[in-house]
Formats: sequence, C-alpha cells, structure tokens
Amino acid sequence: MIGSSHHLLGLDTTSSEDITRILDTAEGMKEISTRKIKKVPTLRGKTVVNLFFEPSTRTRTSFEIAAKRLSADAVNFTASASSTSKGETLLDTARNLDSMAPDVVVMRHKYSGAPEILARNLQCSVVNAGDGAHQHPTQGLLDLYTVREKKGHLDGLKVAIVGDITHSRVARSDVCGFAAMGSEVFVSGPPTMIPIGIERLGARVAGSLEEALDGADAIIMLRIQLERRSGPLIPTLREYARFFGLNRERLSLAKPDALVMHPGPINRGVEISSDIADGPDSVILDQVENGVAVRMAVLYLLAGGSDEVSD
Amino acid sequence: MKYLIKGGRVIDPASGKDGILDILIEDGLIAGMGKGIKKPGGAEVYDASGLVVMPGFIDMHCHLREPGFEYKETIATGCAAAVKGGITSLMCMANTSPVNDNASVTSYIIERACEAGLAKVYPVGCVTKGMKGKSLSEMGELADAGCIAVSDDGRPVPSGEIMRRAIEYAATFGLLVIDHAEELTIAAGGVMHEGYVSTMLGLDGIPAAAACSEVARNIALVREFGGRIHIAHVSTAMVVDLVRQAKADGLQVTAETCPHFFTLDHEAVVGYNTNAKVKPPLSSAEDVQGVIEGLADGTIDVIATDHAPHHADEKNVEFDLAAFGISGLETAFALTMGLVNSGRLSLLQAVSKWTDVPAAIAGIPGGCLKKGEAADILVADLEAQWTVDPETFLSMGKNSPFAGVKVQGQVAATFVDGRLVYTREKGIVGD
Repeated sequence: MIGSSHHLLGLDTTSSEDITRILDTAEGMKEISTRKIKKVPTLRGKTVVNLFFEPSTRTRTSFEIAAKRLSADAVNFTASASSTSKGETLLDTARNLDSMAPDVVVMRHKYSGAPEILARNLQCSVVNAGDGAHQHPTQGLLDLYTVREKKGHLDGLKVAIVGDITHSRVARSDVCGFAAMGSEVFVSGPPTMIPIGIERLGARVAGSLEEALDGADAIIMLRIQLERRSGPLIPTLREYARFFGLNRERLSLAKPDALVMHPGPINRGVEISSDIADGPDSVILDQVENGVAVRMAVLYLLAGGSDEVSD
Repeated sequence: MKYLIKGGRVIDPASGKDGILDILIEDGLIAGMGKGIKKPGGAEVYDASGLVVMPGFIDMHCHLREPGFEYKETIATGCAAAVKGGITSLMCMANTSPVNDNASVTSYIIERACEAGLAKVYPVGCVTKGMKGKSLSEMGELADAGCIAVSDDGRPVPSGEIMRRAIEYAATFGLLVIDHAEELTIAAGGVMHEGYVSTMLGLDGIPAAAACSEVARNIALVREFGGRIHIAHVSTAMVVDLVRQAKADGLQVTAETCPHFFTLDHEAVVGYNTNAKVKPPLSSAEDVQGVIEGLADGTIDVIATDHAPHHADEKNVEFDLAAFGISGLETAFALTMGLVNSGRLSLLQAVSKWTDVPAAIAGIPGGCLKKGEAADILVADLEAQWTVDPETFLSMGKNSPFAGVKVQGQVAATFVDGRLVYTREKGIVGD
C-alpha cells in the first residue's frame, strides 16, 4: 500500500508523507543493486506485468530489472504483441489480464487517464508508467530521489523545469512532487508550451528562461519531440536550441552546484548542449540508476509490504 | 377521451396566466379553462391539486439516432424518454445514418414517430448534402417532406460562403438555420474545455474561442446579408455576449443553452468522467454564470436538451476515445427547476424557455394553454425530490453526468393531443 491506495497513478494524488516513505524505501533498495548478487527474494511468487501500449525501452527495462531484483516474475505485454491491435478495448484487455491474477500491472498508455480505467476494473495494483500528457509518477519520484540524495533535502530548493510543459507528463509529476515536498518550482519555455492553469499544480511560470534558471538548485530539461505533439508549438529545433536550450552561459545563472537533469532520451544540441549533458553538473545517469531503486520501492510497497519482508 | 385536469396551479407563459384553474380536454384539444369546471359525462378526472400544470415542453435540440444508430436510441425509445421528461414536441437532428438530407429519410422519421405515438417529432434536415459542408442540401424538398429547420449539428459548416448561402436560401422555405458553432482549426481535436482542469488531466483542450469565433462569423453574415440564425447549445460567456450584442442591434439571432451548461462546469470531468464529455464542452465556472445571466436577461431564449444518447461501450473507454454527448431528456425538467429553486429564473421565465418561445422560433404549434389548441400538457410536482439513476431512464442512453445527483422537481404526468401518455406512477401509458 502507498498511503490508503494500492495503486500509484500520479503524484497529484500522492501525499508528501507517502512520497517520503517511497524515497526512504528506495534508499534501502539502491544498495541491493550494488551487491555482487543483485537479487533478494522479497517478491518471490509475485507477478508483475509490464503492460506497454506505447514504445518504451528505458522505463520498461527499468521496471523489469526492478521486478527481477526483487525476485518477482516479470512479464512484458507490449501493444504490438497484444490483442489491442485487433480492436480489443482497454476494458476487455484489463479483464483478461485480471483473470491471470497478476499482483501488479505497470502500464504505459498514450491516452491520459487510461491507468485509472485499469485501476477501477482490476483487483491488482496498478502503477502508471506514463499516461498521455497526464502523469509519470515513477519518473517524478526518481527525480525527487536524485535531488534529495545530492542535496540532502528538498524543501526550500529552487527547481526549474524547462521545455514543452503542455505535453509533458514528466513535468506534471515533477511539479506536483517537488511542490508537495516544499521546493519552489518554476516552469519555463516558449509561451506555446506553458499550459493554462499550471499554477494550480504548484508551479510558478517564469517570465523568462533566465528568471527560471537564476539561483536554481536543480534544472530539469525536457526532451523536445517535434515528431510528436510539440511540432506546431515552435518553428524549428534550431531556434528552440538558440533561445531555450541549456548552454554554459545560461547554466552560469544557476547556483554553482546546481544539478542538471533530463528524463531522457536527450537531444544533444537541442534542449541541452553536449558539454553540459556530459559535464560535472549532469546527474542524468544517476537518475537512470535511481530509477531502478525507486521502482523497486514502489513494487515492494504495493506488492509486498513490510510484513512479508522476512519470508 | 375527455379529461378534466382539476385543481392544479396553471402556468401559461404565452398568456401570463398563473392561478388555480381546471382544464377540460375534449377530442385532443383544450375545450375549456376556468375555475370549478364541472366534470362532463364520460370524462376522467386527473386530480392536479398540489401540482403545476403547464404547456408540454418543446425540445428544439435532440438526437434520436434512428435511422442508423438504433443501438444507441430509437425514435420510439427517445420519444418515451421525452414524454417522461414532460417534452411533448421535439426537433431531432439530422446526423443519423444516412443523414437526413432528403425527403425519404425525413418521411421515415415522421412515420416512425407516428408509430411510436408519443412526443410529436419535427425533423431537422441537413444544411449541406451528406452533411459534408460542400454544397447546399435540397432544402425545398426537405421542407415539403416536413423538416422545419436545417442544421449540420454535430459538425459546423466550415465554409463561410456555404453558411451565408444557407442562411439566404433557407429563408425561401421558412426554414430555421441552427448553428453548431465550432471553429475546427481552433478546437484542434480537443476533448474538453481548455483550462486548469484539462492541464491537470493532461487532456487536449478546446479553447472557448472555438465556438466564439464561429458564432461571430455567423452573426456577421446575418448582419450583412439579413436572414436569421439560431445558435445551438451556448456554453460560454463569450458567446452570450456576442448574442446579446446582436440582439441589441436588432438582428434576428436567437440562442439556446442546455441544462448541463448551467449546472456543471469542467470540474465534472475530473476522474476522466466520460459521461461529462460533451460538445461543446462543459466550460469554466465563470461561463456557467455567464450562461445563467444570459438566461435571466433573455439573451438566451430557449433551453433544449441536446439529448445525445450513446451505448455504454462508447463511454467505457479512454477519455480521448469516448463519444461526445449527454443523455438529457429525463433530467432536463428537474435541472431547469434547479434554476427556479435557486432564484435565478422565475417559474414563468423558466417554463417560457421551454414552451411559447421555442414554438415561436421554430414556427411550430403548441407551447401554450389555450382553448382550441392541442392538449399537449405537462403536469409537474415541483416539491418532489429524487435522485438521478440512469438505469431507470427510458432512453437507451444511460450516459448522464448527473447519476447520483439529488434534484427537485418531477414530471407527474404528460398529455399529448389530449391523451394521457405518461404518469410517474405507471410510466408510459398505452392506448
């Protein structure tokens, strides 16, 4: 259980206490990945289904590794291999899946709210691995984990999120998560990429990129995906890189020890220059590493629970 | 059959009547109204004491789905739902399959409605052939076959020139042009009102400007070329302002709104509630206030349901994939009374928006209580409180965002052409 829920659908509905509990649990999980034998029997006999309706390598692999390090049986169910291409509804897919009695379903879907449909109709736990432009809670949690690990705390920090906020589920989870933990969250990007009412989620809209970066403790750069929804919002990647990309000069506005983060995969030379992505301030690979630990924590809390640790 | 509706409070906006009166019905017509009418031989008495007697409601905007989508609704089930909702006449939109752009479809609808023998059905034909927006439908033929208005409802008429010609041409046949206002390039495939709720849910928004810009275009056409237009389902304060100005300038522009637009805002979508997915979308709280003000000051002439029944399978899906529309016939009366109970409209005002005003705009009979007129009558219990349960709907469409909501005001009985067709105790009453 996470709080009173046996699902993790978004950080908009997760309390700061529950976030802290997940992050604390993840600390213990991270150690497991440093052992010679990277496996504990905690979730032996549990089944985790990765139900991915959208292509994803990194998130799916991260969840799969997380499940396996806890000894759960991880099954991958991808849209191309599933019956959804034959016109089965999500509800029918969910019911079929439920009949196979999984313990956790990890779901990625192109439409916002799809995991809620699953959660309403399945007996098992549902973890949202990204739905449309809505939420991507484990990405938000691993970002929180990474900053907390490096800075020792989250409250009072200034966090800048830069990019296409309108179409970003990562941005929404980060805004909700960091705001819940007492950070001061600024979002920035061209006005076409700032959705109306984002303040209600806990963010402040920076008047300029410089304002967002000024004195920031952490900078989260979002991937610009012209081939997807961001197309009509900016003229060219070239112009975006010039006016909104993170370069050495802009980075100098932030605190000297500011963390540079990115959910990946990065577009080198677009939202972030290569020297920064590969530079000493970048914690991009730490994020990936912490992703496994955070997902282990989430699977553990939902499928195992503390009383079963000693099994 | 003769009926004597006895002891009810009679409300008739057309004449301004409001008092305890008896109504005598003979041969389908209102044969007399007055105090203490004696029961003639062979007449049945309907005791309306404690109840309110008003003209049967006229719904200018509903979707009966037949022909083509009988799995959503049929003319028979839609008409049953209508009379349960106190609606004795309705106008059904043309987006059936095939669409109603020719006399044979119009005739089919009228025939099926006669067989059902409940509410009176007035078909609305297409503005454009095949509802494709490219060329005018044969409006003369549609009028001859029984259409009283034209609309491509469900879709806008994207071409400004076609809309201009439609307004000009429809006037020849006395057809009302009903405007589904939505500028598609602004709406850009959105699925709900664009605002903080769409941002929170990560759903694509439909800006309020989408409806507004199309209404502005169509009002400009009427301003320059004359004719008249009726704006369907007004849902935003911006459109209310446009209509208010057009009326002040003396243009023949009329407007309707729907119960969901003065009752719910976009918060109803939270939780990805597909039963609150409707076009135009439920808008902001300020828009709800704007719509109510428009109703109160007369800018919005009419309340109509935009009854849009869908099969459960079309709503039990991802929000993006769900059909737009609300099943509204059986909640419209109580939701309208909500405006009366909250003091926003007087009872006479509220009833007028469902009766004499739509009759005048659409040019159809009914909408008043007068000796010699057809006895289309709604008897209502304004005190009755009930909880909306879509499973009890007579409509096949159970898609209501009001499920579980407590409301006040209930249709007690409905008469069509002097026949008692519905009572709340017995449901639909057969001949």
